[in-house]
Amino acid sequence: MSNVVEDFRSRILEKKPLRIRGSGSKDFYGGPLVGDVLETRAHAGIVNYEPTELVVTAKCGTSLAEIKSVLAARRQFLPFEAPSFGDDATIGGVLAAGLSGPRRMAVGSLRDFVLGTRIMDGSGRELKFGGEVMKNVAGYDVSRLMAGSLGTLGLILEVSLKVLPLPVAESTLRLEMTQADALAVMNRWAGKPLPISATCWHDGLLTVRLSGAEAAVRAAQATLGGEVLADADAFWDDLREQRAAFFGGETPLWRLAVPSVTPVLDLPGPILLEWNGAQRWLRGEFQPSTVREVMTTVGGHARLFRGASEAHRAVGVFRPLPPAIHAIHKRLKQVFDPYGMFNPGRMYSDL
Amino acid sequence: MGSGQRQHSAEAEQDFSNIDRAGLLAALAGILPASALLAEREDLKPYECDGLSAYRELPVAVALPENEAQVVAVIKACHAAGVPIVARGAGTGLSGGALPHVNGVVLSLAKMKKIVRIDPVACVAVVQPGVRNLAISEAAAAHGLYYAPDPSSQIACTIGGNVAENSGGVHCLKYGLTVHNVLRARVVLVDGEIIELGNHGPDAPGYDLLALFIGSEGLLGIVTEVTVKLCPKPQTAQCIMASFDDVMKAGEAVAAVIAAGIIPAGLEMMDKPATAAVEPFVKAGYDLNAEAILLCESDGTPDEVAEEIARMSAVLQGSGATEIRVSTSEAERLKFWAGRKAAFPAAGRISADYYCMDGTIPRKRLGEMLTAITGMEKKYGLRCINVFHAGDGNLHPLILYDANIPGELVRTEAFGAEILKLSVDLGGTITGEHGVGYEKINSMCDQFASDELGVFHAVKAAFDPPGLLNPGKAIPTLHRCAEFGRMHVHGGQVKFPELERL
Repeated sequence: MSNVVEDFRSRILEKKPLRIRGSGSKDFYGGPLVGDVLETRAHAGIVNYEPTELVVTAKCGTSLAEIKSVLAARRQFLPFEAPSFGDDATIGGVLAAGLSGPRRMAVGSLRDFVLGTRIMDGSGRELKFGGEVMKNVAGYDVSRLMAGSLGTLGLILEVSLKVLPLPVAESTLRLEMTQADALAVMNRWAGKPLPISATCWHDGLLTVRLSGAEAAVRAAQATLGGEVLADADAFWDDLREQRAAFFGGETPLWRLAVPSVTPVLDLPGPILLEWNGAQRWLRGEFQPSTVREVMTTVGGHARLFRGASEAHRAVGVFRPLPPAIHAIHKRLKQVFDPYGMFNPGRMYSDL
Repeated sequence: MGSGQRQHSAEAEQDFSNIDRAGLLAALAGILPASALLAEREDLKPYECDGLSAYRELPVAVALPENEAQVVAVIKACHAAGVPIVARGAGTGLSGGALPHVNGVVLSLAKMKKIVRIDPVACVAVVQPGVRNLAISEAAAAHGLYYAPDPSSQIACTIGGNVAENSGGVHCLKYGLTVHNVLRARVVLVDGEIIELGNHGPDAPGYDLLALFIGSEGLLGIVTEVTVKLCPKPQTAQCIMASFDDVMKAGEAVAAVIAAGIIPAGLEMMDKPATAAVEPFVKAGYDLNAEAILLCESDGTPDEVAEEIARMSAVLQGSGATEIRVSTSEAERLKFWAGRKAAFPAAGRISADYYCMDGTIPRKRLGEMLTAITGMEKKYGLRCINVFHAGDGNLHPLILYDANIPGELVRTEAFGAEILKLSVDLGGTITGEHGVGYEKINSMCDQFASDELGVFHAVKAAFDPPGLLNPGKAIPTLHRCAEFGRMHVHGGQVKFPELERL
């Protein structure tokens, strides 16, 4: 047993509130930061990478950048394109945040690529769920439950992820159109066998990335039309990392998750669409109730992603849960973290 | 005894022998029409087992609700009476997950088979749990869409059962399992409360309970409606059949295809005894001299398929394939697959009975596994044929036996358990897609330590505090593991040190 893991255990056994933190790249996200920092970066390193088995296993403190570069050397990648929001994002933080990038609608979300985890629970026990194989239905899928749990269920020690080969060819197209037209077009294309791997609409411009076999990309380019965008990788990187101009400034940033076919929303303010319209970014000072009412009518949910005041963070930036589901959350929290130490209030105030 | 007095625990099996059968039947009779409530022995008989017929049990009653309100009422009645509930779809499962509880009710969702709606623009289908897997694709076909997961029982199996088992299929390497293709599930909890997990957007707030729920084998809740993702139908598909004079070479060829950056739509392996079993039956045109054959499929646009087939053929050639045939028509492609899909029935033709295993291993350990299986065939005096979802390492050895020969079933079970144990030791799992159910419950003690099993029981209790949903399946009690004598020493620690040994 490594000393680092033993240190984690002794910290946990003190039974005091702990704020689990990798590089802190997502400190802005979720509820308030409570508890003494438990640094994970000392527990780092790729434990196993088998390109032909399509799996990589890494300790929680391993940087996302390192994993990406090791995979890239074998022409593979993490297809969900998780944002780093900083140079030092760790894989443990990536899993806990559960965020996916531009390719999400084409390949699936982060949780779709989780194969296994090793965690330490609130009693200091090391627990292993899932594994390193693609198909595994033994026991409940606790590994995927960790994705997006914001560190509230335990200290993620290790994660195994499915990887995929990099696409042979990619090309990005740009077309001018209104938001309503873009929504119609993105949804129509999504129902066709086209190799679309990402979409983004903002300010009258629809940007579409194609990925796949040479022949498929070439044919789709002819079908879709538009101009080929030069330096497309920079465009998608800036979008994923929220470095694009739209994300600049201090105005609150709302993230709206809606059915992709939802029409143009009745919420004023600068908006940027991704994921065929299923993920919409909105800038503006809104009453949470205003946004949530609109979301309820369209069957979506909103979170205040960036720029929440401390007061707002304390009340919660995520949509409240229905009572029966909330009750299950509380019971699950009790299973993994009976003393309520891990990132208290980071997701909901009473978790 | 009311449910309030009984609490689910990880330690030992619950005892339901004191239930009030007459009271339960009277309560159910007040909810369901007579035609939807079975309690006579001859009516219960068809429900005594699922696709794994080695295990049989008669329930107290079978309830066949037609709508969600009836499902809720049945569950509430069982909850009030403290009676176990075993959900059942088409009963095609291979692990005894729908094996009735002797003191329980079988809740069949077979009558709830409406396709509620198909939205071709949003690419989703909203369906009731009793809708057959293939029926979704048939209904979506008019829009050029289909539901991707295709378990071999897809003509009969239901989406509710697929959700319970997290079913896969021959195309799941590229298109994913049930968990990757279900957006939302409407679930009735043990107390009759209805919750919705997931939604029609890309995600839901809070923990990913949908991912946790899928594959939970009917132990956490009962599904009454499912929204699935529909995929655009690929324009065309082509399949390569490659022969190898050595099983190991075929395994290495699979790794080479993936190392070349190709994710085939399907990638299957059959060994010589398997092709010998199916060929007379299906006449798929398999090379009977080959020690192993691979089926590699590509799908997409015609240009894309041509490009990928050429690349895959080159890789297979380079990996020592002795013969390569590419399907030249849709009919021929389907014939290649017909043999693979008929492997189980073919085993049933050449042997009185067969027992299908479902372990997954890291693909590079295939050689060790096959060598070990050859040794086990001698050890147990039984034959075994191997079909293999080669792309994702999911192995289906079919052990051939005759239940009428005394001792053969016992030897078969021991053979199977040894394969599963080895799957775990090789870094894999005891079940890739068939589920634990009743069949593999003892093997769970090989895969998980008592701490993890304790967590699984606690997770169940978070959804189902009284422990009435499919009790005795999927997750063994600590007592069972201790009694079963699976006291393997992992990393210097004895498992279940807290329990006494007999």
